[in-house]
Amino acid sequence: MILKLEHIYKDYIQGKMTVPVLKDVCLNVEQGEYVAIMGPSGSGKSTLMNIVGCLDRPTSGSYELTGRNVLALNERQLADVRLHNIGFVFQNFQLLPRMTALDNVALPLIYAGVRKRARRAKAKEALIRVGLEDRVMFKPTQLSGGQKQRVAIARAMVNKPDILLADEPTGALDSKSSKQVMELFQKLNDEGVTVIMITHDSGIAGYAKRVVTIFDGELAEQKGETEQ
Amino acid sequence: MLENIRLSFQGIWSHKMRSFLTMLGIIIGIASIISIASTIKGTNEQIKNNLIGSGNNTLSVMIYTQGYEYHIDSWSKAPAGFCEVTDEVCEQIRELDSVENVTRYNERQYSESIFYKNTSLQNTSVRSIDTDYFETVGYTIRTGRNFIDSDYENFRKVLILDKTAADNIFANENPIGKTIEISGKPFTVVGVVDQTKKFTPNINNVEDYYTYANTDALGYIFMPKASWPIVYEYDEPENVIVKAVSVDDMEDAGKKVEDILNATIASYQTEYKYKADDVLQRAQKLQDMSAATNNQLIWIASISLLVGGIGVMNIMLVSVTERTNEIGLKKAIGARKGSILGQFLTEAAVLTSIGGVIGVASGIGMAQVINKVSGVAVSIDVVISGIAVVFSMLIGIVFGLLPSIKAANLDPIEALRRE
Ligand SMILES: Nc1ncnc2c1ncn2[C@@H]1O[C@H](COP(=O)(O)OP(=O)(O)OP(=O)(O)O)[C@@H](O)[C@H]1O
Ligand SMILES: [Mg+2]
Repeated sequence: MILKLEHIYKDYIQGKMTVPVLKDVCLNVEQGEYVAIMGPSGSGKSTLMNIVGCLDRPTSGSYELTGRNVLALNERQLADVRLHNIGFVFQNFQLLPRMTALDNVALPLIYAGVRKRARRAKAKEALIRVGLEDRVMFKPTQLSGGQKQRVAIARAMVNKPDILLADEPTGALDSKSSKQVMELFQKLNDEGVTVIMITHDSGIAGYAKRVVTIFDGELAEQKGETEQ
Repeated sequence: MLENIRLSFQGIWSHKMRSFLTMLGIIIGIASIISIASTIKGTNEQIKNNLIGSGNNTLSVMIYTQGYEYHIDSWSKAPAGFCEVTDEVCEQIRELDSVENVTRYNERQYSESIFYKNTSLQNTSVRSIDTDYFETVGYTIRTGRNFIDSDYENFRKVLILDKTAADNIFANENPIGKTIEISGKPFTVVGVVDQTKKFTPNINNVEDYYTYANTDALGYIFMPKASWPIVYEYDEPENVIVKAVSVDDMEDAGKKVEDILNATIASYQTEYKYKADDVLQRAQKLQDMSAATNNQLIWIASISLLVGGIGVMNIMLVSVTERTNEIGLKKAIGARKGSILGQFLTEAAVLTSIGGVIGVASGIGMAQVINKVSGVAVSIDVVISGIAVVFSMLIGIVFGLLPSIKAANLDPIEALRRE
């Protein structure tokens, strides 16, 4: 079990009111699974993703990642978990505009303390894996949406994390680019990377082997799922 | 770290105008400080040069009594308990590490017994010198010849004039071969010497005038040491001039030579003592006076640095807000708080360091302009320039701290949500 969420609650305090966003969420994910999380806007998908990605802490509940109780870790240790165990892909790519594709991909390697030579080599390798070997020195403004998202995926994968977390990775892409991104996810999953992806689009969710839905903060397993 | 510095340069370059305006306070502050410091240093060097004589490093060790230089005059006899400074004592002085050369002389000032034709040369000083005098004090032969060994051996009545004396006495005549009468004895002029290093004191005010003006007033007449007793007395107390190895050795040389010479005075003689020139101390006093006023200017310039620092803080805060997304992303992909803090601190420090470098450069430029326009001496101090750049960097770190902490504490979720 790579990921074990049990009885997760998340409340936001809004003035005097307490807004419950996640209610008793339990989610277990095995190593190498490919999970899509679906649900309407405002249902708490991103909130769940932030907790899974160790960016946020639940109000209550327990969370084990690769067997570690991450809720007991301090901020610095959580940063290291994000650095080594988790790769993030965002809807709006979140590339740094002043840097080349290569430098964007190499960014996590800086924090991992990799030396410059090795950094360039690894970043280049990651860009080759996403099929962008001919765009290495391009800046984000010189890339199409699909290419930007592939750079972002290369960046997420460059530290060889256990889990790839994607929050609406195709939300800003046309269908052709979306398909490319999904093929890439498929390839990564085939190589053994655990993928958890948020999406609105049931077509996109269809690429996943398992789909869970979240509705008003409550998680439900999709019927007819295909267990790995 | 290097990566951070490289990225900082990139960031500063991509916002050239804004970066420059941010640095402006630092630039102005540092430039003012450098130009003021250069003026202080220039003035100090000038004072020192005026007193010491342009790097000749010579200092006199003279006999003092009751706080004044002692001079034998026409109506007094040499004090008891003294003898001339012997070759052995000279050798002892020359062996000091701080001493390069030494010479001794006797002197009469305002002597009423020196005549050229019928003119009394009362205001011209006459000195008896040894063979090391010209070399030590820094004279070279202009015309005629130097004293030679046989002048000393045969007690020849020969004279060498310095240029001032020669010009005063002989005007347009050629002095060589002329006869000057000292105490009724005819002496023949054999040469004229001039100072090797020209030293013109910079006289700007009355104080300077009294400091420098009465020296070398009407020049010197030199005769060989051996000939002195022909016209004056035997065993007159001699003064000593020491050439120190360097300016910094002068004080040490002065003290040691004092001791050596005082040991030669008979123990019952308590009224007379050898005392070295304290040119350095005098210079120090004048320097302190001129520095005191300028130091206040430095404080005023520092206010500009403070304002500059606040400007940097302001821009850094803006920059943190602008780059919320970048910070959030970096934290999401695994940057620790410390990395973010380091990144922003480096940026602030690089920014202000560049400001410091530009400030030093403009300060040096300003100093040159001040020198050209007002004639005030300036001298660039490399150490102060270095300190100024380091100090600018510290300003960046101090005033960048608050914005950097703000950046480091940013919540990545908040940061990423914003768009
Ligand atoms: N910082 C916050 N303070 C208060 N309420 C919040 C905060 N963040 C999120 N919420 C609330 O939590 C709920 C879930 O938000 P979340 O971003 O997880 O939704 P989502 O499922 O990702 O929606 P979308 O599909 O539109 O991205 C929303 O109702 C939102 O208003
Ligand atoms: Mg969302």
